[in-house]
Amino acid sequence: MSFLTLDHVSHHYFSKESYTKAIDNISIAVKEGEFISLLGPSGCGKSTLLSIIAGIIQQTEGTVSLQGKSTAESEMEIGYMLQQDYLFPWKTILDNVLLGPKVNHTLSDELKKKAIQLLKEVGLKDVEMKYPSELSGGMRQRVALVRTLINNPKILLLDEPFSALDYQTKLNLEDLVSDLLKSYHKTAILVTHDIGEAIAMSDRIFMMNANPGSIAKTYEVPIELRNEVPFLVRRHPKYQLIFDKIWDALESKESQQKVVDIPDE
Amino acid sequence: MNDHHLFENYKRGLKREKKIVLFWQLTILLSFFSLWEIASRLYWIDPLLFSSPSSVFELLVTRFANGSIFNHLQVTLFETILGFIIGTIGGILIAISLWSSARFAKIMGPYLVVLNAMPKVALGPILIVALGPGYLSIIAMGFIISVIVTTLVVYSAFNEVDPNYEKVLRSFGATRWQCFKEAIFPAAMPAMISTLKVNVGLSWVGVIVGEYLVSKQGLGYLIIYGFQVFDFTLVMSSLVIIAILAAIMYKVVENLERWLIRNRNT
Ligand SMILES: Nc1ncnc2c1ncn2[C@@H]1O[C@H](COP(=O)(O)OP(=O)(O)OP(=O)(O)O)[C@@H](O)[C@H]1O
Ligand SMILES: [Mg+2]
Repeated sequence: MSFLTLDHVSHHYFSKESYTKAIDNISIAVKEGEFISLLGPSGCGKSTLLSIIAGIIQQTEGTVSLQGKSTAESEMEIGYMLQQDYLFPWKTILDNVLLGPKVNHTLSDELKKKAIQLLKEVGLKDVEMKYPSELSGGMRQRVALVRTLINNPKILLLDEPFSALDYQTKLNLEDLVSDLLKSYHKTAILVTHDIGEAIAMSDRIFMMNANPGSIAKTYEVPIELRNEVPFLVRRHPKYQLIFDKIWDALESKESQQKVVDIPDE
Repeated sequence: MNDHHLFENYKRGLKREKKIVLFWQLTILLSFFSLWEIASRLYWIDPLLFSSPSSVFELLVTRFANGSIFNHLQVTLFETILGFIIGTIGGILIAISLWSSARFAKIMGPYLVVLNAMPKVALGPILIVALGPGYLSIIAMGFIISVIVTTLVVYSAFNEVDPNYEKVLRSFGATRWQCFKEAIFPAAMPAMISTLKVNVGLSWVGVIVGEYLVSKQGLGYLIIYGFQVFDFTLVMSSLVIIAILAAIMYKVVENLERWLIRNRNT
């Protein structure tokens, strides 16, 4: 049985005048410990899909289950890192990181120590007592990552967690996250625009179509790449092969869209 | 060394600017009172109607010396502070109840709009009939004038908080009440604090008007009384006291604001 199952999931956003079908009939099954990437154009429903999996918004059709339970019941086991950091500006970094435990009434000195340790691991030292406004965008994103990790979720949903980082930090963090997830055998779904990142980090890649959002294609990352750290994957001979394949697929999709667009003008 | 020098220069500039501003502020104050005094002495204005700073000063000194002003001062201050506090807290509580039920908010919408548009002082006579011609009606006036606008401002501040903060909390399994406590309320804090400042002024309006209508004591009563017996020095003195008290209260609220913002988290 799979760990996370989406069965014929659709989602509509309603407003008074009209509705948008953000997601159309998506079915996926994710195994425990698997790392999935979602790749797709802006507005194709990636964030919506993650919010549904996180149980924050209720899909209009279909079912989502985590280990057989509906996701609304197992909220605490899902760690969701939003597209922007959304650190609370009036809380110190430490209080921000400990938000989950506070909400769940599980705060302890031990967790505090763990928080400081985790912050250190992502390269943030002596920031606990600072406020988010005193940190750079990349630092804030790392804090948000720690805030998600501290709850020890069974599955991690990461919405473009590295997009605001410089290339070097990004590569380091990719290694770090991949390492953390592998060692704790965690399941993860990563949203990204970066084909390289998707290949470097994941076991499977879902390419999505827009309007309405659906799965266009699935790519299995070759087994040789899966067990490497992301940094080394990018240098692996097989890397370029799959990169080109995905790139071409994206290109052809875009040119298709252009053909459709022309009559409008 | 050079950096330090620049910083010193910058600081000196700030200080100078501050001095210039203060100088002009004092100049305006002094010229106002001198002009008033001169105009009154030279009969450019009728001293019987507009009094003069010197007679106001004299009256204040004797009134303070024999203590006959304190009772009025106390009463008005008490009513204003109470009206202010009840109005502000009441408004925030109503806003919270509106936030807790979107449907309740929708139902109440038009009533709030009407109540807000209504000139609250027009309710004075009804308050007096309902609560009696005493300090209760006056406090109610101070309350009623600030509560609706507080409700509206604070409620809209609650709604303007970025929903993604709630999303973060919900992803941790927070209840709606926890979302309110951790995100909505602290995020709306600046808006609430700015209503405090507005409410200081509004409560003064409510209380003074209330005292016009009913009371046998208080600064508003002194104004009306002075007006009736044609003692305009008394009217002016009361106005001066009100201006000073209102300014002090405003300053206190400002300090409270700074303190609240600093301790927002705890
Ligand atoms: N709260 C909302 N109300 C109405 N429509 C929405 C809402 N959120 C998203 N949408 C619509 O749903 C579609 C999918 O949005 P979504 O945010 O999931 O896209 P995305 O793939 O995450 O895009 P991006 O890569 O830019 O983050 C878009 O057409 C968007 O306009
Ligand atoms: Mg998105």
